[in-house]
Amino acid sequence: MFDALHLFLAQWVPDALASILVILVQAVIVIVPLLLAVAYLTYAERKVIGYMQIRLGPNRVGKYGLLQPIADAVKLLMKEVIIPSQSNVYLFLIAPVLAIAPAIAVWAVVPFDNGMVIADINAGLLYILAIASIGVYGVVVSGWASNSKYAFLGALRSSAQKVSYEIAMGFALVTVIMTAGSMNLTDIVKGQQGGIWAWYWIPLLPMFVVYFVSGVAETNRAPFDVAEGESEIVAGFHVEYSGMTFAVFFLAEYAMMILISFLTAIMFMGGWLSPFEGIPGLDAAFAFVPGLAWLSLKVAFLLFVFLWFRATFPRYRYDQIMRLGWKIFIPLTILWVFVVGAMAYFKVAPWFVHGGVA
Amino acid sequence: MMQALKRHLKTWTLWELLLGLKLTLKYFFKPKITVLYPEEKTPLSPRFRGKHALRRYANGEERCIACKLCEAVCPANAITIESEAREDGSRRTTVYDIDLFKCIYCGFCEEACPVDAIVETRVFEYAFEPGQIHVMSKEMLLAHGDKMETQIAADRAADAKYR
Repeated sequence: MFDALHLFLAQWVPDALASILVILVQAVIVIVPLLLAVAYLTYAERKVIGYMQIRLGPNRVGKYGLLQPIADAVKLLMKEVIIPSQSNVYLFLIAPVLAIAPAIAVWAVVPFDNGMVIADINAGLLYILAIASIGVYGVVVSGWASNSKYAFLGALRSSAQKVSYEIAMGFALVTVIMTAGSMNLTDIVKGQQGGIWAWYWIPLLPMFVVYFVSGVAETNRAPFDVAEGESEIVAGFHVEYSGMTFAVFFLAEYAMMILISFLTAIMFMGGWLSPFEGIPGLDAAFAFVPGLAWLSLKVAFLLFVFLWFRATFPRYRYDQIMRLGWKIFIPLTILWVFVVGAMAYFKVAPWFVHGGVA
Repeated sequence: MMQALKRHLKTWTLWELLLGLKLTLKYFFKPKITVLYPEEKTPLSPRFRGKHALRRYANGEERCIACKLCEAVCPANAITIESEAREDGSRRTTVYDIDLFKCIYCGFCEEACPVDAIVETRVFEYAFEPGQIHVMSKEMLLAHGDKMETQIAADRAADAKYR
């Protein structure tokens, strides 16, 4: 489809410009639904947490409060961006950009369906790990530039936490790479063909949990939200931000949540594959459901789990977070790397027959 | 030994965390207790203490006899009363002001009143804009009482046996 668009544009403009235009169109096609999803994720969050506290949540703006995120966005757009007088203005304003740019850039390699990916590169997983890690800079820089002790403490906590959990996350991904024998996200999904029992969540069950929990910690979500810790350090790294600069941090956080959910779905829950593959009858009955719908369902469920966690668990103490990350997750993931190695060596069906390291 | 095994099993299956998740999921599906305020309202007690009113007798004569007990009992000094003898010789108020900014809605004035003249009604949905008058004069109090008289009488009757 985009090749046709490229050919069409090349008739009018130079070839290089046509390529750039096609890339722009692709970026817009991914980013606009992403931002909409972020907006409605905030709505879903307030609704879900409200329901779990036997409240109704937002229900005044529009039917069932459906226009609430739009009202919030308009409010934030109209608000003044206050720049603290003692802050480093340049860093202060660049920090939100540093936070959101990686959160959007990672989407380039995320496959939404078979072949529905902007850049189908071989080192997709590495790219995601590398780019997503840059998001820490936004937090650190904002904490530093605000010239506020709360923001600074929040930034320090957040960066230490992100760096710690990135290791566990990386090891969890190593097991996925070993199982699939590829770092290409499309190939990883294709390696999981064969229904719900062929997905990687079974052989990698502890890694599935570790990856998702590390993802929660990575995005600074409850119960690992010490970086914000309302009761301890006001709002953490973004205390001094207001208006649109604050909204951009918010966007980045929620975009990262959606990304983690997408990656978990892709790497452990079969991506766009139907869970009924290979089951006679059900397989054919659900053949009409597009892959994107399956992926969206899985992602929606994982996002619900994010919100569910927030409604359920009280905040961890800071040293407990560090203990969980360094003393439990990292040894566990390293152990599982060996377990997966053994499973791959003995070609345990059905997960290790397609590819794998052996 | 058995105990330790059990504890480890609980830790590694995240049993306690799953129990917590189960609880919140249960509440997720429970009926919600939110009252949609402007459309729905919670029931009010007959003793509810809202905006004040001055009552009259059935023949239209105002009840207040300017005994100033309410003024004396008011812990916030919100009530100001001045009185004079009327042509027929009875003592009546000329000024009866309640400053709603000072009032703490304790209901002492109501209890002190020997003739049930000053009462607090169920009306609680009122607000003052900056610059708007927040001192209720005698006329305003009487007018409010006239408007609310059926409700006020019903509330007094409902509460009578406890007083």
